[in-house]
This record gives sequence, C-alpha cells and structure tokens, in this order.
Amino acid sequence: MALIEIKNLTYTYPGGSKPSIDDVSFKIEKGEFVLITGPSGCGKTTLCRCFNGLVPHFYQGEIKGEIEVAGINTLEHRTCELAKHVGLVFQNPENQLFALSIEKDVAFGLENVGLSREEMRKKVDWALHQTGIYDIRERSPHEISGGQQQRVAIASVLAMEPDIIVLDEPTSFLDSLSAEKIFEVIYRLNREQGITVVLVEHRLDLTAKYANHLIVMEQGTIRLEGEPRDVLCNQETRLIGVGIPKATLLYEMLKKEDFSLGNKPPLDSEELADQILEALK
Amino acid sequence: MIEAKNVHYSYPSKIEALRGISLTIRDGEFVAIMGQNGAGKSTFVKHFNGLLKPSRGTVKVDGVETGKSSVAALARNVGFVFQNPDHQLFSESVEEEIGFALKNFGFEAKVIEDRITWALDLLSLSQYRKTSPFLLSGGERKRVALASVLAWDPKTLVLDEPTIGQDYEQKEKLRQFIMQLQTQGKTVVVVTHDVEFVAECNPRVVLMKDGKIVADGQGQQILTDPAMLELASIVLPQIAQVFAKLSVLGLPKNIIDIQEAKTVLLRAKEKRGQ
Amino acid sequence: MSVFDGLKFRRVNSLIHNLDPRIKFVYVIGVFIATLLFLQIIPLLALFVLQLPFVFLARVQRQWLRSLRGAAFLASFIFLINIATNFFVGGYTLTPEVVESAAAMTLRFVVLVESFSVFFLTTSPDHLGLALEQSRVPYEFAFAFTTAVRFVPVLAEEAQTIMDAQKARGLELEKGNLLKRIRNYIPVLIPLIVSAIRRSLELAEAMESRAWGACKRRTNLYRLCLHRGDYVLLGITVAILAGAIYTYFFVSIPTIVNLL
Repeated sequence: MALIEIKNLTYTYPGGSKPSIDDVSFKIEKGEFVLITGPSGCGKTTLCRCFNGLVPHFYQGEIKGEIEVAGINTLEHRTCELAKHVGLVFQNPENQLFALSIEKDVAFGLENVGLSREEMRKKVDWALHQTGIYDIRERSPHEISGGQQQRVAIASVLAMEPDIIVLDEPTSFLDSLSAEKIFEVIYRLNREQGITVVLVEHRLDLTAKYANHLIVMEQGTIRLEGEPRDVLCNQETRLIGVGIPKATLLYEMLKKEDFSLGNKPPLDSEELADQILEALK
Repeated sequence: MIEAKNVHYSYPSKIEALRGISLTIRDGEFVAIMGQNGAGKSTFVKHFNGLLKPSRGTVKVDGVETGKSSVAALARNVGFVFQNPDHQLFSESVEEEIGFALKNFGFEAKVIEDRITWALDLLSLSQYRKTSPFLLSGGERKRVALASVLAWDPKTLVLDEPTIGQDYEQKEKLRQFIMQLQTQGKTVVVVTHDVEFVAECNPRVVLMKDGKIVADGQGQQILTDPAMLELASIVLPQIAQVFAKLSVLGLPKNIIDIQEAKTVLLRAKEKRGQ
Repeated sequence: MSVFDGLKFRRVNSLIHNLDPRIKFVYVIGVFIATLLFLQIIPLLALFVLQLPFVFLARVQRQWLRSLRGAAFLASFIFLINIATNFFVGGYTLTPEVVESAAAMTLRFVVLVESFSVFFLTTSPDHLGLALEQSRVPYEFAFAFTTAVRFVPVLAEEAQTIMDAQKARGLELEKGNLLKRIRNYIPVLIPLIVSAIRRSLELAEAMESRAWGACKRRTNLYRLCLHRGDYVLLGITVAILAGAIYTYFFVSIPTIVNLL
C-alpha cells in the first residue's frame, strides 16, 4: 500500500473564494524522493500542510476527499499524532527554531511526546550526526548561519524518526552552495535511511537529479506527474512556466539540430557533459 | 555615479563588516554584487543612500559625499528596494503606499497623482489601486514595494535579493523589467546570490568575501571561473558547469548563455564531422 | 547586528555560571534577608565584600561594574532623601549619626543590586527557563519566557530593517514637533506588528508540526541536578544567614562614629 494516498482532495481556506486545492488525487510510495513544483500560489504549500494535518486542523476551512498518510486518516487525527510519522520543514529557518540551544531545539518534539531522557539523548545525537551539526549542538540559533539553521530544522524533525520528511522550499533564503549541502543531506537520508522525501522547490536545476517522482501543480490542480525526465521534456511543463534545468533545455535544443545525444534527457550538467563527450568522441 | 574609496565599516558591536572597499559604478551600469551571506554585500550597498556611513574612507554619489548628507536627500537619487516587502508596506491602499515616498519628498499633489498612475501602470498593478497591500499575494506585494520606490524616479535603483521566493516566471519578468530600466539609462545594482539569474542577465559582477571585493568583471568572465566562485561560496551556473567538464574538447570555457552554448556545440560537431 | 547585540546571550562556562540557578536564587534571597537585618555600615560592608569573590570567579567584573554604575543614580537619590528627612524631622541638625544611617541605607540598596546582578549576569536565560520548568511553573510559561528571549534580538533587528526601509523612502523620524514625531513612527510600527503576527503564526505552525501538546507529561532533555558546588553554595548561604542572625541577636555592632 502507498505511504501517502490522496483521493479527490478539495480544500478552501476559511474566507477563501476559490479552492486552494482542487480535486487532487495521487499516491506516494515508500522510499520515493518526490519533487513538487509549480508557479507561486499553485497550492504547493497548502498541499504540504495537508500531509501532517495542519490543514484542516490548524487552518480550519472546508475540506473534501480522503487523505491517508502512513495508514492514518489525517482528517480524523490531530497534527501532534501525525508528527511522529511526518516531519515538516518550513521555508524560513528563523521561525522554526524556538529554543536557546540547538540540541534543545532538536529535542523539542521528543520532549513533547514524553520520551525518556536516555532515549531522547540517543535520538538527538543521531539526528545531529546525520545532519552534520553535532559539533555546534550547544550554540544558540543566532550564532549560526542560515544554512546551519535549516539543518537544525531538518534534524529536529529527523529526531522523531518520521516515515516522511516534507520540505517546503527549504533553501530559498540560502546561497546555492549552502542549498546544495542541504539537498545532499536530504538525499542521503532518503537513500541510506529509506526516509520518504517530499520536496517543494522552484530550483529544479539543483534538485531534479535527486528526484524519482515529479509533480507539477498549477492553480490547485496537478497538471503533470511522473518520471522527472519525462515530465521535464513535456512541452506542457514549459507552458506552465516551470524553471526547467538548463542542461535539460540545452539537450533538447541540440536534439532539434540533429545532435545525437541518446534518448535519456539529462537532469544535471554532469549527465549532459557525458553525453556530449560521447557524441563528439 | 557612485564612487567608493577605501570604505571601512564596523558595526557598533565592533564587528568589521567592510574592510577597505573601492568601487566605481558609472551611470547606466548594471551591477550584480554577489557573495555568501555575511560577506558584507548588504552593508556595502546601504552606503549608497547613506543608511550607513563609512567608519573610514568615502562614498560619493554624483560627487556628493554621503557622510555629509542626509538619507532623505540621498534617497532622492538612489532608490532602495528591500528584500522583504512586508518590511515596508503599511498603508491602507496600494495607491497610498506608492504615494508615501512622494509625499515625504514634497512633490505636489498633482504630480503625486500622475506618478502613482504611472508606477501602477509600469508594474501592471492598476487594478489594485484601491486594494489593501496586505490582501495581495507575495509576488504582488513585491511589485508594490518596487513601484513605491520607482514612483519618484530615482537615477539609481538598488535591489536587495529581488529573486528570493520568486518563481521562474516572476524572475523572468523581473529580468525583463531591469532590461527596460537599462534602456532608460538607469543604474541598477542587484545584491543577490542567485547565480542562474545573474547568468541570464550577464551584468558586471562584483564578488565579495569577508568585507572585501575579490573579483570584478563581466558576468561571463567571473561566473565561469570555478576557483573564484568557490572563494565566494557560489556554484557555477549550469551551462558553465557543462563547459567546465568539456575542457578536453578544447572548447571555450566562458559560456553562460544557452543560445551561445548551442552555437558553440553545433560548430564543434560540424568540425568533427569534416 | 547593532546595539541590540547585548541581548544575544552566549553560553559562558565558569564555576559560577554552572551553578544551579535555583540554588543561586536561594543564595540571593539569603543575602537579601541578611541585609534587611542590619542598618549599620560594618555588617553591610561585610556582606558587600563577601560577594566579590563570586564576581571575580565568574569573570563578569566589567558588566558588574556597569550595573553598579547604573544603580549609582538611584543610590545617591536614596542617600539624599535619607539625609533630608532626618534633617527636617530631627530638628534641622546634621549629626554624623544621620550621615551614617543614610549611608547604611544606601549601602543596603547597593548590596541588593550587587547580589541580583551577579545572579542575572551569571545565569543564562536557558538555564533560567529550565529552572522555571523544574520548579512546577507550568511549562507554557517557561516556554514563553525562553521564546521571548530567543526572539527579542530578532525583532530588534527587524525593527532596524524596517526603519531603514522607510528612511530609504524619505521618512524622517526626527522631523517635526512631538506629535508629528510620534506619528512618524506609524510606518515603522505597522510593518513591525504585521510581521510579528505573521512570525507568531509560523511559529505556532512549526510547534504543531513538532507534536506540541502530544502528551500531558512532557519530558526534558536536560535535568538540573545539584553538584558539589551547589551544596557548597547552599552551605555558604546557611552560614551567612546563621552568622547574620547570631550577630543580630548577640553582638552589639559598633557604629563608625563610635569607633572614631
């Protein structure tokens, strides 16, 4: 059975004139790395909030359809119960760290569920190591960089050992190098720990290569879905105004000019460079 | 013209943010100031309209030393759009928001009216004239903030991280808008770490690190120099990455534009064919 | 970033900093009671000197001196008021005894400031929050306290950015009469409030997502427990109190005037 299953979901925020999510259905399997993209205001963030029950429990509003996450109906269970299964990381690192030391922040969720101190210490240390911030665990949040803050946010949901980590544009405040480091951390968690990842991003040039499932949204609906390579080469994706990686674009432009590059559209510079080298050998 | 000579700046907390910066920006230039967070980019550009005054050295805007002038006077020529529009929006309607600066600068009522209409039109916001800025979407709020600065028609425009949180289409619109300002002879300074955006615009690039300028040149040169970019914690733009990996083919390396990339590669293929 | 840097606390390690805040608080209260027992200069002076080792062990001399300097104005005020009332009530004569008792009153105040400032200078906010959590204060209060400490510097920085943004649009905060000046702050206050509300919503969302309120008995990563130093401090407190009470009942304390 799928880890996340959504059927005919429609949701309108309180006071909203039209639904932010409009009759959406899809499945996410265990272990997938899912990338969700689409223009601003397309409903990506709202969808993230559905995964752990913030919609509808925190935001209220009108909801129809079915959502099941890790076998739990999110419409019937509160966010604090779902928090053990789904970890949400938000855009602004500053507003998700509330303790005065990093390790205390990482422990926040575990404290809430009432874990014993010994167990907690083990999980906190594990999460700190996984995200590479063990050495700065005693610092306070304003002593560290934005990239480090975002890693703390990831560690603090990771400590709960969730089945799924959902990240809503986690790197938009970061420079590309820090962003890349964050994506590497997430990718490793996906591969080595088998954690299912749902990543919402505009910057496909940095992220497309990690994903094995791409969802393109527009105006509250899912417009395209599938293998990243297929979706990115689909003409419709271009019309929606998604930032297709330059390597993929260049590949297509060259293909049109009868440049033989094989049939596998590249997702990053490395793949494209290899194809070109092969062609010009 | 903006001339910075050996500018040093220390915050009251004694942290030295700028350590000897000299830079001249000529009228009508388009400059991107890049570097890691904390490199001193924002601190530096805040000297252009006198929000900060150098601890040592001088900054001159059109010959006027900023240390000897008020922010209100300098701002007349140097418009500054901050990263987060929510840090400036406060009015009941978009129209009042745009009129705020015009009133502060003492324009006449008739002129204010005209300028508001002009700025709304310029950023396609006319339909929101009477709307509260707080009801608009993030992208629209960003445009209102931009309009509220453009309204007084400053000679120089400084944009602090304009692409943060913007989607592909909004970025493309912003790029076209900057190009439009360029044709009107405006000086545009963009502070950013969005390397793909800069690669598409190909402006003059100034790289900063630890309060100093480490490189200054055309985007095409700077953004294709891996050693230089690594120093400033910037990743190469994707097209440049491809060409960096094609070095064995003896192709030129300083390519950041996709059309140019295509032309060069097709020519290389032709050569092989012969 | 600026003047608000002082609000950003950093962890410091010293013998005194590492003491249990609850015991430190007991100590401060002990000293407080002891000072209330005396109105003579000599015992108060002794209490004053007794605390100097703490200041030096914690290496907070500079900040400590600054807080004393801050209290100087109030101290001289207390001194003058005491002299004045004695002067007018006591029949318009200024005796050495009057000066001495006024000085003693002032010294009592200084000792209080001294001990409280040592407490606050050497107790980090997260320690204090922890102490609150473990003293049966409801967790919500302790959490509100630490979160406030966490976000005060952030908000201060934000206020600075907003002021910059509005100044860049020609706002002159210092212009006009008093009423106008107050009105000048509206363009700063509204964005500040709006963004504080937005921030608190985001915080609430993040807290919910991390199982806030999942179970009644919350646990804690840290636990304060008493170490040797804490017992020593407790001993010192008891000794000071016992000594003070003994002195109060059984020793006749000479005044400076008598000694001379």
